[in-house]
Amino acid sequence: MAEYEIVCGLEVHTELSTKTKIFCSCTTEFGGEPNTHVCEICSGMPGTLPVVNEKVVEYAVRTGLSTNCTITQNNKFDRKNYFYPDLPKAYQVSQLYLPICQNGYVEIHSSKGGMKKVRIKEIHMEEDAGKLIHDAYSDCTLVDYNRCGVPLLEIVSEPDISSADEAVEYVEKLRDILRFAGVSDCKMQEGSLRADVNVSVMPVGSKEYGTRTEMKNINSFKAIHHAIESESARQIDLIEDGKEVKQETRRWDDTKGYSYAMRSKEDAQDYKYFPEPDLPPLSLSDEYIESIRKNLPELPEAKKARYMNDFGLSEYDTGLICASIPLVNLFEKTVEITNNPKDSANWILGEVSKMLNDTQTQPENMTFRADSLGEIINLLNGGKISRDSAKKVFKAVFEEDVNPAEYVEKNNMGMMNDTSAIKSAVEEVLKANEKAVNEYKSGKEASFNYLIGQSMRALRGKAPASEVTKILKELLS
Amino acid sequence: MKIDGDLIKYLESLARIELNEDEEKKVGSEIQDILTYIDMLNELNTDGVEAMSHSFPITNVFRKDEVKPSAPNEDILANAPHKQDTCFVVPKTVE
Repeated sequence: MAEYEIVCGLEVHTELSTKTKIFCSCTTEFGGEPNTHVCEICSGMPGTLPVVNEKVVEYAVRTGLSTNCTITQNNKFDRKNYFYPDLPKAYQVSQLYLPICQNGYVEIHSSKGGMKKVRIKEIHMEEDAGKLIHDAYSDCTLVDYNRCGVPLLEIVSEPDISSADEAVEYVEKLRDILRFAGVSDCKMQEGSLRADVNVSVMPVGSKEYGTRTEMKNINSFKAIHHAIESESARQIDLIEDGKEVKQETRRWDDTKGYSYAMRSKEDAQDYKYFPEPDLPPLSLSDEYIESIRKNLPELPEAKKARYMNDFGLSEYDTGLICASIPLVNLFEKTVEITNNPKDSANWILGEVSKMLNDTQTQPENMTFRADSLGEIINLLNGGKISRDSAKKVFKAVFEEDVNPAEYVEKNNMGMMNDTSAIKSAVEEVLKANEKAVNEYKSGKEASFNYLIGQSMRALRGKAPASEVTKILKELLS
Repeated sequence: MKIDGDLIKYLESLARIELNEDEEKKVGSEIQDILTYIDMLNELNTDGVEAMSHSFPITNVFRKDEVKPSAPNEDILANAPHKQDTCFVVPKTVE
């Protein structure tokens, strides 16, 4: 069998995290009763006029600048016409002729070793469609337009991807960039990141691409990986059998693990694109673009490098923290308060992760003040509370957002700083444990540890162990 | 551009409408007339003239990202021929 290489390009759709839709002021909030986040504009009533949400343009530019794109200063919207009940207007407003961003790239690890660039052909703004729900009882289709008009970016790559692993890394990189740039939450389960995958195969070293197929709306990393592996294998089998790959759109069924043909490109839709007459063109000034560039948030690569180089965190710990924006925010706030990145990271990957796990909470649903963790670490490192107490305080913070200092005070968890009080407590312990004292004096080292344990117990763990040890040594000598 | 029967059939399928033979003839000749009229524009020399993308010389009409109440569901569904609960109902869509 000949050796083949995979040629793959992705169209990634991401929902922008604006408060309102792209052309009207309806909320973009997920959920809600069907057709309750809908107005006369996004439901396509005649005689209405769409107006562009300025945040959508800003987020699109931010995304373009974060992916090394050139911003198309004069860009505009076009109508893509098709009849399907998920679009009430019978057209989708999109950008065909002059997309807002062009010619960018994202760097990934090549399957052949080293780094490689996946070129981004363009990024354009468009509106999402509604949702069709099949009602088995009435054998009809119900339509919910709540998502209709939610702003989307479509990020179109060049066919620079040569394996399923590369595809997954590319989408992961994009997701991280989109999240760190603050333009999308990329929740795949809510459909805010999904990909159309174009795949073809060709003999290794060939200059000519094979016939490609497209699989639409794949919404998990696992499914993207699986779909590319499976579809490329199917194409190679066809070629090896002397058959032809047909250019077609296929549906990927992730539960069954295979794709099947939907409609062939021969009778592909003719979208009859034309310039959108209801929306004046956009003209983005140099100053506007520069102001966005200046205020770009720190992007994943830079952030990770800073955590490793400046903070001395391991690549592994950095990766764990950077997997979640709420953890990144908590970490940075905690470092700001403690000035101690190592302890901050250890707490987040230790106690915080443990609490999240124990309570089955997603990081974005943490409810406590970000300052609290830093305050707890400071109390601990300043010798004001014991490690055990610190964990208890954090539990209370996590569950009820209590104020750490007040909680310590109220529950009498503060460490004893009064040396004479500690001394008298230790003296009591020595009186009560004459046997151990004698054993120690006759050379049994283990008895010393026993006496420390008894003293700590008598002090209910509220005295610093170092202080107790020091006093004990004094009294026994 | 010559309008023939096949093109009319294609336009029917794109527009999701069905015409009878008489209607196809009528629509065909009307579209032919319209295209012939518009073809006159090709007689103009448009070298170096940038394609216009909007009929008014305005750009950058924006709206702030502030939520306003959506329309009441009853209003949205008021003219729907078929509805169920808060949804529009359409014939079954099959892939």
